[in-house]
Amino acid sequence: MIEVLHTLSRLAMVSFLLRLLLHLAIAVSFPPLLLGIIGKVKAFFGGRVGPPVLQPYRDLLRLFRKGFVFSRTTTWVFRAGPVVGLITVALAMVLMPLGSHRAPLAFGGDVLVFAGLLGLGRFFTVAAALDTGSSFEGMGAAREATFSALAEPGLFLGLMVLVRHATGASLDLMLSTEGTARAWEATPGALVMVAVSFFALLLVENSRIPVDDPATHLELTMIHEVMVLDHSGPAFGLIQYGAALKLFVFASLVVNVAFPVTTGNPEADWVLFLGAVVALAMGVGVLESTMARLRLLHVPRLLVASSILSVFGIILGS
Amino acid sequence: MIAGVLGVVLCVVVLVVSGLVALGLTRKPQVAGAVAASGVVLGALLGLWPTVRVLAGGASSEASASWSLPGGTLAVGLDPLTAFFLLPMLVLGAVAAVYGREYLLLFADTRRLGFPFFGFNLLIASMVMVVLARNAVLFLVAWETMAIAAALLVSFEHDRPEALRAGWVYLVVAHLGAMCLFVLFLLFKASAGSFDFAAFAQTPPVGSAAVAVAVLALVGFGSKAGFVPLHVWLPEAHAAAPSHVSAILSGVLLKVGFYGLLRVFQLLGTRADWWGPALVALGISSALVAIVVALYQRDFKRALAYSSIENVGVIAVGLGVSFWAGSRGHPRVSALALAGALMHVWNHAVMKGGMFLVAGSVLHGTGTRDLEQLGGLSRRMPVTAVAMTVGVLALSALPPLNGFVSEWLLYLSLLRLGADGAGPLPLLLVGMLALVAALAALAFVRLYGVVLLGQPRSDVARHAHESSRWMTVPMLVLAGLCVAMAVFPGFVLAALDGVRAQVGGPALFPADQLSLGRLGAFNLALWAVVLLGGRLFLGLVVRRPVTEDDTWGCGYPEPTARMQYGARSFSELASEQVLPAMLGPRVTRVKPVGLFPGAARFSADDRDPLTRRWYEPAFARVAGWLASLAWVQRGVLTAYLTYVFAAVLAALLWVSLRSGGAP
Repeated sequence: MIEVLHTLSRLAMVSFLLRLLLHLAIAVSFPPLLLGIIGKVKAFFGGRVGPPVLQPYRDLLRLFRKGFVFSRTTTWVFRAGPVVGLITVALAMVLMPLGSHRAPLAFGGDVLVFAGLLGLGRFFTVAAALDTGSSFEGMGAAREATFSALAEPGLFLGLMVLVRHATGASLDLMLSTEGTARAWEATPGALVMVAVSFFALLLVENSRIPVDDPATHLELTMIHEVMVLDHSGPAFGLIQYGAALKLFVFASLVVNVAFPVTTGNPEADWVLFLGAVVALAMGVGVLESTMARLRLLHVPRLLVASSILSVFGIILGS
Repeated sequence: MIAGVLGVVLCVVVLVVSGLVALGLTRKPQVAGAVAASGVVLGALLGLWPTVRVLAGGASSEASASWSLPGGTLAVGLDPLTAFFLLPMLVLGAVAAVYGREYLLLFADTRRLGFPFFGFNLLIASMVMVVLARNAVLFLVAWETMAIAAALLVSFEHDRPEALRAGWVYLVVAHLGAMCLFVLFLLFKASAGSFDFAAFAQTPPVGSAAVAVAVLALVGFGSKAGFVPLHVWLPEAHAAAPSHVSAILSGVLLKVGFYGLLRVFQLLGTRADWWGPALVALGISSALVAIVVALYQRDFKRALAYSSIENVGVIAVGLGVSFWAGSRGHPRVSALALAGALMHVWNHAVMKGGMFLVAGSVLHGTGTRDLEQLGGLSRRMPVTAVAMTVGVLALSALPPLNGFVSEWLLYLSLLRLGADGAGPLPLLLVGMLALVAALAALAFVRLYGVVLLGQPRSDVARHAHESSRWMTVPMLVLAGLCVAMAVFPGFVLAALDGVRAQVGGPALFPADQLSLGRLGAFNLALWAVVLLGGRLFLGLVVRRPVTEDDTWGCGYPEPTARMQYGARSFSELASEQVLPAMLGPRVTRVKPVGLFPGAARFSADDRDPLTRRWYEPAFARVAGWLASLAWVQRGVLTAYLTYVFAAVLAALLWVSLRSGGAP
């Protein structure tokens, strides 16, 4: 009898580990694809063929094979920037549930850790930019730091709406399929507001049009891209990969809120969830192809508007 | 070692005696400094033992002796509330004293150092006495000593007009506050019949007198804590004082205001419903105003001082939410908010104390506090840079450091409030707090970048040198405490249990304690992962070809250090374009116009917007009115004698009329 129990629990353990491995494997390998998809959609709208969807993976491989160029002005802070930037996003990803698949790590209040991790990553990215002593990078750093400071209230206010119907204050519980489904039933209006507000956050945090143009070629108009001008080789690879991961994390955030659907079958749920993330990436591509970038000084309006949407969400939801 | 309150009294005696000896040795600054600093360290060791025992759950103790002053008794006591504020005083006091000895000796050639050494010891001793006192007269004597010692230390560089002005403004605000406290204690006396705290607690004022007491406490102690709009003394004083004194002012002296508030609230017994919302409103408005102003300060230490106001505001919000939630039947929320507020008191003492020591080290290494002159110090002052990295991250409330832990508790309390469905208003508080924290991160990444990174913006920064071990070790000790408190928040929470019970707050729910422990573990893991990741990356760097070159100047071949983004340009977008202009700097520009442009000018005034917009015009107007009374002061002795005679006559007349003519 005990023997059977033992094997059973061992089986459960093995299947748990396998599921965890699958979860991490998907989260680690999938993100660059999103960049490829966005690029393909934009190329389609521009009437071009565009680079293959898998191009971001090749870019990363190429960068990791290169050597480094460091500015003589820089210190350890410049080298720490890409490393901390990637680690914080990776840890934020570990706290995020992917569709109906629970987050690998969760504890009460980890939702605030999520926000803190993104802040830490941003701090080091900005510090690394300032470490070069370049006026262009300083300019980008100032813009990025200012805009993301204004974006912060939107994130927290949106989370306040979600916590209302959740069973706990961890990201895993607040974004669980059942929790969000319950919230949709109780206060659909509030959830629409939050989903839209989080989508705006995705655009800001990932430097997409209309906030920033990742493909622009003029340093003066850049925000995020100008900050990483001096990084090279594998360090730049870390940054690029971190950016893809961040896009994936925020896309999961939006999909978890906007599309809380589960079939009960884990494999089908993966397909459903990744499909939704791909659809969101295509949406971003369409948006980027059809919209112009906002004037720099109009960006704060977008940020305030997204916070106000969450405020409406709170009022509707309480 | 003497346990109980007498051990702490002995600590005060050692502090004062060693200070006096140092004062006597003014001609030998080396010896005076050694005596004063070792006095503080010895005193702190004597005081720490009883303090830690009380915090660990030991019994409170009291003692008293008679005093010749009317209404005064030498009543002292050591309970958890006292011990809670005593601990940072002693720890930060000892660390700052060691640092301050070396720091002040740099001035040995130009200034007499006996008084600064004595004044520092007196400041610590009087602060300790304030939290020990159990009699209103003793409390006020200690309170005044504290204010005067601090004001004199602030004007240490008395030949600089701004230092004199800072000391002057501080004295004025401190006495406005003290005036409120006199009235406050008289109100207590009116109902209790004695000036002893024990009597206060038995028959506290009720009804409108109780409201008056609470309001006076908010104003009197609030001016010490630095609530907006009574904060105007704070940035001036913190900037002008020697850096180890700034560390004490910001790390501990502001918190004495909270001690007073909590003590008076405790003496009043029953908690009024409006205290919570009042504290929240004061706190959040202070935090928002201060952090917006901190963003564009050009003086390193003034920026830190404004951030102190912001942190004081955060503590007030925590206390207010705790009171409010407690009265509305949300014990879990109340416990979280209280734990966050109390922990933030300690955290802020350690991290801001450390940051002021860093600022002092930078000032020592370069001779300037002007951010536009700094830059590139990370290469020249590597140890200071490490301490500053920790301090800046902690003050930005980022993981894995202690500032994040206390703010985490506070946010979590508000999230729980949201989950309980407490109506939209408290929930909007989250948005405002998030904005405060995000702007703090912006302000500190600016400081970090402008001071440490990039290229030096002046010759003094180019020739900066690292401070000696007497200064770097204290900074590293405080930085280490920041890390330890982030990794072991459970220990800190356990130490707060006594004061939590005394303030009347509920204990943290087991589930939340568990989460707090996990947060500590997460912080530890984050440290490990980041250090390991850094290690791996360095390995990668070593194995790949590395080319060193100039920073990419976007095609421009001759970039200079002056072309970097500086302190003002970094905050320009936020404080001049996005945030309310009312709180922003006053900018005057004369742009070059036309084909043959004339002279162009630009200047930005970063003085306190409230001082500039409200206080200075108001005081100027009052001075105008009073000018019409100037004829009273004629500088003639006979006239003054006449005034004295008239005053005595009037007093006699009043007395005889009141007593109805009877002798």
